Amino acid sequence: MPKKIVATASLAGCFGCHMSFLDIDERLFDLIEIVEFNKSPIDDIKKFTKQCDIGLIEGGCCNDENVHNLVEFRKHCNILVSLGECAIMGGLPSMRNWIPLKECLDEAYLNGPTVADCNEKKIIPCDPDIPKILDKVYPCHEVVKIDYFLPGCPPRADLIWNALYALATGSKLDMPYEVFKFD
Amino acid sequence: MSTFVKFTIDGVVCMSEEGRQLVEAAAENGVFIPTLCNYPGIPPKGSCRICTVLLGGRPVTACTTRVAEGMDVQNNIPELEEFRKSVVEILFAEGNHLCPSCEKSGFCELQALAYKYKMTVPEFPYMFPKRDVEAWHPKILKDHNRCILCKRCIRGIRNSEGKPIFDFGKRGDKLVINIDPDTSKNISDELAQKSMDICPVGAILKKEKGFDVPIGKRRYDLAPIGTEVEK
Amino acid sequence: MGNTVNNVIKRYNGDETRLMDILMDIQSELGYLSEWTIDQISKALDIPKVSIEQTVSFYHFFAKEPRGKYTVYLNTSVLAVFCGRDEVAKTFEELAGCKFGSVSKDGLIGLFDTACIGMSDQEPAAIINEEIFTCLTSAKAKELVAGMKAGKTVEELKGKKYGDGQNSNPLVRSMVNSNIMKRGEVVFADYVPGSGIKKAVSMSSNEIIQLVKSSYVRGRGGAGFPTGMKWEVAKKAPGDVKYIFCNADEGEPGTFKDRVILTEFPRLVFEGMAVAGYAVGAKHGILYLRNEYRYLRKYLEDILEQMRNENLLGTFISGKHGFDFNIKIQFGAGAYVCGEESALIESAEGKRGEPRDRPPFPVEKGYLQKPTVVNNVETLCSVVRILINGSEWYNKLGTKESKGTKVISVSGDCRKPGIYEIEWGFTVNDILKMVEASETQAVQVGGPSGSCIGPDEFSRELSYEDLATGGSLIIIGEKRDLLKDVVLNFTEFFRDESCGSCVPCRALSGMSKLIMERIIEGKATEKDVAAFTKWQLIMKKNRCGLGQTALNPIVTTIKNFPELYKNRIKAKDDRFCPAFDLEKAVADFDAATSEAR
Repeated sequence: MPKKIVATASLAGCFGCHMSFLDIDERLFDLIEIVEFNKSPIDDIKKFTKQCDIGLIEGGCCNDENVHNLVEFRKHCNILVSLGECAIMGGLPSMRNWIPLKECLDEAYLNGPTVADCNEKKIIPCDPDIPKILDKVYPCHEVVKIDYFLPGCPPRADLIWNALYALATGSKLDMPYEVFKFD
Repeated sequence: MSTFVKFTIDGVVCMSEEGRQLVEAAAENGVFIPTLCNYPGIPPKGSCRICTVLLGGRPVTACTTRVAEGMDVQNNIPELEEFRKSVVEILFAEGNHLCPSCEKSGFCELQALAYKYKMTVPEFPYMFPKRDVEAWHPKILKDHNRCILCKRCIRGIRNSEGKPIFDFGKRGDKLVINIDPDTSKNISDELAQKSMDICPVGAILKKEKGFDVPIGKRRYDLAPIGTEVEK
Repeated sequence: MGNTVNNVIKRYNGDETRLMDILMDIQSELGYLSEWTIDQISKALDIPKVSIEQTVSFYHFFAKEPRGKYTVYLNTSVLAVFCGRDEVAKTFEELAGCKFGSVSKDGLIGLFDTACIGMSDQEPAAIINEEIFTCLTSAKAKELVAGMKAGKTVEELKGKKYGDGQNSNPLVRSMVNSNIMKRGEVVFADYVPGSGIKKAVSMSSNEIIQLVKSSYVRGRGGAGFPTGMKWEVAKKAPGDVKYIFCNADEGEPGTFKDRVILTEFPRLVFEGMAVAGYAVGAKHGILYLRNEYRYLRKYLEDILEQMRNENLLGTFISGKHGFDFNIKIQFGAGAYVCGEESALIESAEGKRGEPRDRPPFPVEKGYLQKPTVVNNVETLCSVVRILINGSEWYNKLGTKESKGTKVISVSGDCRKPGIYEIEWGFTVNDILKMVEASETQAVQVGGPSGSCIGPDEFSRELSYEDLATGGSLIIIGEKRDLLKDVVLNFTEFFRDESCGSCVPCRALSGMSKLIMERIIEGKATEKDVAAFTKWQLIMKKNRCGLGQTALNPIVTTIKNFPELYKNRIKAKDDRFCPAFDLEKAVADFDAATSEAR
């Protein structure tokens, strides 16, 4: 059986889901027997070099770069998985979703106690080289079609392993109660 | 003198006192009917609808239904289980439920039901409503982001003079639960704790109390809600 | 101010169940209900502030902040929009200098949206300081604002051209028209005042109930419950104190028949209530009248007073020993859901209009936990007529399962909108011909909670066995954008009017609006449209009729006009969500940083 090709990305996340992924520990050896990684922070491949079978997305979309990235993943991955609360529902970054963006930016760059005295020119960073912040943090499935969702903050390593194993081998996903959590 | 009556749930014969709340009567017979707005000892108000069962084919809320002789109840059927999952999903999409940062996580009935129904993502659009966190009260913190408006605090909490301290404000999708500044003034620590306990989610917190049970040992960490009831 | 509060509360003997009246009276004296006022009421009634707040904040017409010396409540219903409401609103905003939902800086003019005010055949209409203004135009709005700025009274603003029938009665003096276009044999026939009660006292209460049962008359509010059976249960219910409510809270957009009946035949309604009281053994009658019809207050109270003087109300009515019955008017304060009988009862008890769980039914435990009959305005009229003419006469009218006549409010795209009393069994086509409608795209039968049908169903007949209706037909011409002008408007209406108690109703009505907007903008997917079928099943498990029917505008149009939805689905590639718009999503950022760039 040919190895399944896997890509991963962390958008507006904390990399915790990727850390949890690494927590599958010695099963990493089993994993590389059945999958090959393409674009991913795990192997540091920056650009897609071929069409992939499985894409794992950590984090939601908080800026336009996230959106471009996610769209690229959707184009290059046959199956796309939202990994963790941020990808699924925006997560903690989405706590700004009910505050107008202008207020957030003003607080972060102009008025907040740590910036009020040191941003004399009252600049909100907006260089063309840095991503534009979106009006709110979007769950991934509000931007592109997502095929599967693995909850958790982070998803338990066992859940990630079970899911990847099931997707790579075409077997049924085992989702025991103990590993199915939102926190 | 209480009369015992026979009734059936999903075809299984059950026995209970006549006039007993169907949710309780079912539990006595080892059948779990999920609830959210229901709470033992306070008058029911079928508002979350999750305990909906079919009685003679018609949907009724089990929390407001009293047991009678010969009742034929349908409970664990796909139509209802799907509906119940939807109610949970709707609540998650309606408010701002950030489980990872919630003090009630692991003890939350809404979360526990989402685990029971294996909700990965709601089928409903996230509304991200703008809601307040009220922290002015010396003993109680009210986080409206998490409130599911089940009315349990409104119905179940009274101060030492027997006066309510919570009540609804507004209506529709702007519905909110307010705290009365006067009747809540000198409440005891016990009442603050009771208010927190009566809340099925993390919308009412007793101040100065944080996470105190490690992950893995919380109420719903190992076994699904309802396990204690089911035979 | 403190005096006002105390005086009003004294007027109602400090009875907290009269909170609606207390709040309304205080508001009409003080203009609005400030935090301070609510605090005073709370102290005087010895109930917590939050409990007063729950009532105040539930109803549309209670104001917690000043709403202007002149408060304009402009109708937002589909019918108002059909007739140019948006232009009128724009003129009001420009000239008053404030947006809808706010008050002009000088505090002179407040502009507020309001749901259907029961004037659908003379839109756009507004309530200004309790007076009704119909058939508004931009020019008329200009004149009104000029008048307000010149300090005219509302009487002066209104002018002296009054409407037809009793609308020109000195106690009404309103520009509203009754527009009775077709009189039938039951409600709008000639009638000798007092004849119903005279007939009633010659019979026993059981005989009356048997007569009503044998007439097969059913509730005219929409649910169609057999009236005789309702009365019988209430009569048999234990207890000495019972109540008769007349439900005159018609808030279903497009419905205005009860307003016309109460304007032209109020005695028939009140006699019906007295007869119900006699049959059931109730001494108290309450007319629950929607606040939008407050302009009829003096007129109706005068009629009640006349009836008392004529011994048609009061004690020993018509000389009959033991026949004591009186009627008071209870006003609502702006909440569609209060048309649901148990919500209406909650409201009459001074609370938020949240429907009750059933059982117990109102006939067992209703107002103040006493057996209570709630009947629609039209039902009560029918009963009086049945009493006078007999049930055999009544049974000859209508169809097999739908006896008698139905008063229909017709509005929308036709030449002759107004009130039509027809026998049950008329087809939609019959009515379209009668009202001179042409090029009809769709007909909304029974208001937003009913169904929207297309031409292939116009041959269906109005009856309980086919197309049941609480009493309205909205005619939608070919030129209308059915989804945008009608369905979206109805969806917003249900979102605004949900009491919020049941989870599905509270949340899904708002979510439906979001999805409908997506569909209209061409940004939805087939899945979005298909989801409504499942949502409808969820909504069917709500407690009350409002929640159970709130998706009907969407679901019935998906069923009857599928191509309208199909045409709006543009997305080809289902891998990307058409609702996500990157340009829109970065617009706020671009605006916030526009200076720096």
